[in-house]
Amino acid sequence: MAFADPFDVLFRFQKALDEQLDSDWLENATSGIGAFPSINVFQRGSDFVAIIELPGVSKDGIGLEVRGNTIRISGKKTVDYGGKVSMHRRERIAGNFDRTINLPVRLDPDRITADYRDGILALSLPRAESDKPKAIKIN
Amino acid sequence: MAPAQELEVQQKRELENREESTIPARIFLPNTDIFETEDALTVVMEMPGVNREHLDVTVEDDVLSVASRIDFTKYANLQPVYTEYNVGHYRRSFNLAPNSFDEHRISAEMKDGVLTLTLPKAERVKPRRIPLK
Repeated sequence: MAFADPFDVLFRFQKALDEQLDSDWLENATSGIGAFPSINVFQRGSDFVAIIELPGVSKDGIGLEVRGNTIRISGKKTVDYGGKVSMHRRERIAGNFDRTINLPVRLDPDRITADYRDGILALSLPRAESDKPKAIKIN
Repeated sequence: MAPAQELEVQQKRELENREESTIPARIFLPNTDIFETEDALTVVMEMPGVNREHLDVTVEDDVLSVASRIDFTKYANLQPVYTEYNVGHYRRSFNLAPNSFDEHRISAEMKDGVLTLTLPKAERVKPRRIPLK
């Protein structure tokens, strides 16, 4: 039995992410790539998970609102080293953000949960019961 | 004070020269700020998804190297349907001014995916102000 090389697994995962880059999943909704922060959406069973990278933004700095199938993430990323520094290199960006994303599925807003850890915000987005496919019994 | 500006998306940059690596996976360069005070050089790197246990910081031959791994097992049952960014491990190195830092006193702090490394300057290289006549 061959064991999967962990880097192979990572490579295949990265390829899978590439394949869904700016995919059609959002359909013709107004939402799309380009606004900060960048969002990845995954399916887990019949539910969805959104993962957003927000390094160095404290949990209290993030506002999250959900309405219908719309999610709004806002906040402020601060980068401040104090006054007496001389910069060698500056690549981190800072500022305000406010992004709205419309998902093409109906969510159950009361069961949405959010976790922020190590700079990653993970949203668990359960699908509304009414949106799930139902098996119909044929008489 | 300048008005707060709206943040723009930053695309992740990949590590380019990986000839010595047999790893097919993509590795990313963390966005880094470096600044200096009278007493120390501070290196701040953004590596979301990384915690202390998966972090490796070394200084050898005046080169500071940072390598970190994300835990992608938490993506195990997730199928991507819409993506805007890719994920992977991080790696970056910087050449330091020779013999300027006391390697044993380097401190590292990791919080919310941001690594702050403080390299205290060795006594003899603290800056001397040059008087202007």
